[in-house]
Amino acid sequence: MAVVKLFGAWTSPYFYRVIWALKLKGIPYECIEEDLLNKSPLLLQYNPVHKKIPVLVHDGKPICESTIIPQYIEEIWPQPSLLPSDPYERAMARFWIKFADDKLILLALSPSISKMYRASGEEQEKAVKYILEMLETMEDHGLIGGKKFFGGDKISMVDMAFGAVAHWLGVIEDAAGLKIFEAHKFPRLQSWIQNFKEVPIIKENLTDRDKMFALLKRRREMLLASK
Amino acid sequence: MAEEVKLFGMWASPFSRRVELALKLKGIPYEYIEEDLSNKSPSLLKYNPIHKKVPLLVHKEKPLAESLVILEYLDETWKNNPILPQDPYERAMARFWAKFIDEKLLPTAAKVSHSTGKEQEQGVEEVHQQLKILENELKGKEFFAGQSIGYLDIVAHVLFWFYSAGEASGVNALTTEKFPIIYEWIEKLIKIDAVNECRIPKEKHQDFIRLRRESLKSASK
Repeated sequence: MAVVKLFGAWTSPYFYRVIWALKLKGIPYECIEEDLLNKSPLLLQYNPVHKKIPVLVHDGKPICESTIIPQYIEEIWPQPSLLPSDPYERAMARFWIKFADDKLILLALSPSISKMYRASGEEQEKAVKYILEMLETMEDHGLIGGKKFFGGDKISMVDMAFGAVAHWLGVIEDAAGLKIFEAHKFPRLQSWIQNFKEVPIIKENLTDRDKMFALLKRRREMLLASK
Repeated sequence: MAEEVKLFGMWASPFSRRVELALKLKGIPYEYIEEDLSNKSPSLLKYNPIHKKVPLLVHKEKPLAESLVILEYLDETWKNNPILPQDPYERAMARFWAKFIDEKLLPTAAKVSHSTGKEQEQGVEEVHQQLKILENELKGKEFFAGQSIGYLDIVAHVLFWFYSAGEASGVNALTTEKFPIIYEWIEKLIKIDAVNECRIPKEKHQDFIRLRRESLKSASK
């Protein structure tokens, strides 16, 4: 019987934050795929407050929130470490993780949230502006000094928190017919995306791009038709 | 040693106050700098260029923003009087509830404080549901952290502000009849010296809320 279970949904970058943490540390787990339009009673029992994925269940105890779960994993299985050991550096990592969490809400693919591919006109413009500001902050403040990853030479939880930018953003752009991230405007970010996706565990664990594109395209068409 | 730690804060900010409370509980000497949020100091803007907000902690010239991040940093750097639980699962739960307070409860409470009529009524309903959920975590315990005050109590202590500021926004969402367990917890909190030192004068706070409501009303006209 698996000691670690993970409830998730294949489209969600939040889900992947936890998958990457588990796989980078070599922790075996059982994956339970949820249909977000028809959530299982078990999920609702484990996360009654938010009713969302991902949820990690360790020895029968549920832990929720994709930024809290990796910290829990780090504390139970410290090696290889995904957070700096120096308290100030660790605090800066937490700062960036919170920033990522707050800003990336617009890239969430949950039907009720994403304004990027679901909206048009002014609403979409506002969402695009918001994303651009986030990218600029990452470029100008997060990746100064030509660092390979946000924490330096090694991949950490901060990179994983920004995972949506490295993979999901591109698919959303295509589905919505937008071009937000221009590589020449964000050279550091462009390098980071390449470095991030070259890490073997990350490369092997990214949501199927074509499948996701097809889904988003369908959803967008349905939405625009119903307006 | 006091010069080592500086806190840029604002007296009416619950986020700023919770850092002060943590500093006091851990006996960490610090220099406090009150910020006028309508006229932010060059120091604040230099140290926190991304968000330009308070609270901002500066320790040995290194700046840190975000109150929850600061609380964890304080606990890891000053090991006496730990505020976070030792057990990883308890820590995850404390972090979960802190996030709930900051992302759900406080924004809804702000809505109640600044609105009127139907919007305020809806806000009050929402706050009640959220408070009920949170109150559950206090059942059978002296404090959120257990036998003594800890991280989640520090994060949540702003709740007793609703209680004292209720009259200023025309509605008291946190009544003792509806939330007896939270009320009992507040009574225990205010017996702690450090908490009392961080209390803001009720009238000053009520004036502040009234002013905010007026300016929002005139801005929307």
